[in-house]
Amino acid sequence: MKTIFKRIPDALLRILVVFVVFIAGALLIRYLLPASLKDTAFHVQSTVEREMAKPIRFAGSDVCADCHTEYNTKKGGYHKNLSCETCHGAAKEHAENPTETKPSLPRMREFCSGCHTYNASRPTGFPMINPVAHNPMKQCATCHNPHDPKPPTAPQECQGCHGEIARTKALSPHALLECTTCHTVPKGHKLTPRLVKPSTPSERGFCGKCHSKESTYRGTPKIDIVTHGEKYMCWQCHYPHMPEVE
Amino acid sequence: MNNPLTEKLFELLKQVSGFIYPNEIEVHWGILVVVYPYLTGLVAGAFILASLVKVFNVKEVQPAYRLALLTALAFLLIAPLPLLLHLGHPERSYEIFLNPNFTSAMAMFGFVYAWYLMVVLVLEIWFTYRKDMILWSQKERFLMRWIHKTISLFSKDVSEKGAEFDKKMVRGITIIGIPSAFLLHGYVGFIFGSIKANPWWSSVLMPIVFLFSAIVSGIALVILLYMVITPLRGEKIDIKCVDKMASFLFYAVIVDFSLEMLDFIHRLYESEESIKILGELVMNRLFISLGVIQVLLGMLIPLALMVAIKLFRFDEELRKLLYFVSAILIQLGIFATRWNVVVGGQMFSKSFRGLTVYKMELGGVEGFLMTLVLLILPLVTLAILIKILPPWDSAKADSVEGGPGYQKLATD
Amino acid sequence: MERRRFLGRFFANVAAVTAVSGFFRRSFAGSKDYDPTKHYYGMGIQVDKCIGCGRCVEACKAENSVPKEPFFFRTWVERYIIKKNGEVTVQNIDSRIEKSNETFAEKDILRSFFVPKLCNQCENPPCVQVCPVGATFKTEDGVILVDDERCIGCRYCIQACPYGARYLHPEKEVADKCTFCYHRITKGMLPACVEVCPTQARIFGDVKSTASPLTRFKRMNKLHVLKPSLNTEPKVSYSGLDGEVR
Repeated sequence: MKTIFKRIPDALLRILVVFVVFIAGALLIRYLLPASLKDTAFHVQSTVEREMAKPIRFAGSDVCADCHTEYNTKKGGYHKNLSCETCHGAAKEHAENPTETKPSLPRMREFCSGCHTYNASRPTGFPMINPVAHNPMKQCATCHNPHDPKPPTAPQECQGCHGEIARTKALSPHALLECTTCHTVPKGHKLTPRLVKPSTPSERGFCGKCHSKESTYRGTPKIDIVTHGEKYMCWQCHYPHMPEVE
Repeated sequence: MNNPLTEKLFELLKQVSGFIYPNEIEVHWGILVVVYPYLTGLVAGAFILASLVKVFNVKEVQPAYRLALLTALAFLLIAPLPLLLHLGHPERSYEIFLNPNFTSAMAMFGFVYAWYLMVVLVLEIWFTYRKDMILWSQKERFLMRWIHKTISLFSKDVSEKGAEFDKKMVRGITIIGIPSAFLLHGYVGFIFGSIKANPWWSSVLMPIVFLFSAIVSGIALVILLYMVITPLRGEKIDIKCVDKMASFLFYAVIVDFSLEMLDFIHRLYESEESIKILGELVMNRLFISLGVIQVLLGMLIPLALMVAIKLFRFDEELRKLLYFVSAILIQLGIFATRWNVVVGGQMFSKSFRGLTVYKMELGGVEGFLMTLVLLILPLVTLAILIKILPPWDSAKADSVEGGPGYQKLATD
Repeated sequence: MERRRFLGRFFANVAAVTAVSGFFRRSFAGSKDYDPTKHYYGMGIQVDKCIGCGRCVEACKAENSVPKEPFFFRTWVERYIIKKNGEVTVQNIDSRIEKSNETFAEKDILRSFFVPKLCNQCENPPCVQVCPVGATFKTEDGVILVDDERCIGCRYCIQACPYGARYLHPEKEVADKCTFCYHRITKGMLPACVEVCPTQARIFGDVKSTASPLTRFKRMNKLHVLKPSLNTEPKVSYSGLDGEVR
């Protein structure tokens, strides 16, 4: 043993001692550390528990119905897919202490406008109004029951919900055509718009009634309905609400 | 903490062009994270230069050998500082060593760094200086005597055999050290290059580019330090040494430049989805830092100067001036390179639709003043190291061998 | 006599049960009834239904104590406006700051829509891969969480996320992001954003369940994910996702 030590150069020996001490120290520290500092599974579990224990602020729509049965009318109206808390804000505190905290009661026009102001990016057919022009200064709830919102008068023609299309059409050669000229609107469309849809023309002959060479209407551009546009339907090239040629 | 931050962010919001994801308004890796790869790059470069002497027997660079090692150590000791200052919770930074996530390049880099510091650099310096420290401690006064005795681990072996063994160890460690140095800075490149979310960073070439720009900056730094410190000591600059170092610098700059050109051409040619926003990034946000500082000042002009030196045999004084200017320009250029990678990569949105801005503050932890401090600190550390471990024979004309002012180096 | 004995025994029982269950609740907090291996969560988003009202963003901030400033979002809504000349403009919808000053002439618009964004809770999450200390991890029920006691605030995960879903919490100085409202879903509730969405544009469900709205969503729609080429395997699927969306 001693000969081995003698054969290792002095310098190397000292360095090795330092390294052994260092590594042993590191291993000892690691061994002595409590599990909470080392163990990943422990940390994962404690994080999960901390997450789960975070406070809840929105109660969930089923909770409101326990007390507020009268608002189940919302279930049938246009707002049936909304949670109560969509408009009334976080209500968990109220659900736990009904008399002490009350959820918000948004009566200002700006609130309803948040969803219902006209915005070109909103899907077509979503009811939108111009908040400046539409019954200014009046609270929305005066005419529309927020829990079963129906317009007090049926929207003028189709324009009430399809404003963008109406405005586009108004500037087009088709301005004087009623929507119902081309679309038959079943009664259910105003009640459940996405489920009951108006019809759309299905054959070239429909546009041909005004636009084919054989048509007797005056003032419409005429084409040979048999050859023009080959096999395509008219609206595959020409947007009917703003029909441009070429 | 909240109010100054939000005020700053409101200001930045006004300067966003196009669209950015809302969380991207805050630039997360700022000047501190630019300083860090700059400092580690200098380490790798200085070490590679030193290794040329020991492994490839480039005798001309011998005068700068120990200086290069000390430079590497000084910068390596200070480099973790910007990182610690940048962390949200530096008090938990030990977790990187205690609970590393083995899939994380950043965690694994901690171990590469520790390996390089302890097993490569410190060991090499120790074996290089061991016999000298013993000899010095025999002649010195109290404080330096005990410092040298402690660092040499109280060794008393001044035999020839011991010195031979030291030399062998140095050679062996340097051989291991070269790939370790490659790994050190290549890894920093990998930390950026492996982020697929960011097309400015995500590239196979990133570790290689980082490595070669590190080599460039490290060699240039050693040239600079050698040319500044030697006259300060009253010694004559060994022009052959500087010429040789500058030669290697020249080759390294050529490789680095080629790699950057390759990256550029490759991006333009493939013309992937991100090319439009990256083009806008370079033209609108990085024009000065990339076009002017990194490429023109940092690479083309030094390259031109060094080509001129190779072609036209300038006299010594002119050569020294041109080397000095080139080395400084290169430092600027490589710092700008790091800026363009780190900050540039955050100036465009991952939606590829917008650009944001980075405003560096003057004061504060992530400010300009702190950056200056962090850049000066390694030089201060180097000064201390030079005091403790002098890298040269200080054979002055008026000191006699064996006398108090004389410190001849034992090995080399 | 009997009543007193009965009452005494009754209250003693109540006290005993409360004490015992209290002990159990303390030691197995959060893991009492919930078995994470029986659930695997995902989300669906119907782009055609989003009206960009921003309720989801507000609700998320309220439920999860997200800083109110417009620089920190766990979820947000983007607005896309694609003009007839091919120009695409994208904006962030934040119901608390002024919507963009840029007004669009309706007639220039070809397509326009809103896209809600959030953490995609990827199957192959790059954020988990790069965290140096393993502070962010995937739970058994498929949610990516952040351990805010281990996170060192290095921000590597924020750089690695291709979707911009993460931010650094300005007060806690740790990384933060959407957790699918883990504290709610583990109690059988919906995430706050899903709860308040007025048009059911957001659909949440358990992939392991055969009778969830998510299953129907996946059956009836052609699905997309964001940035599929990065192979992060997001668990948030979009229907009707336009090619311009990044």
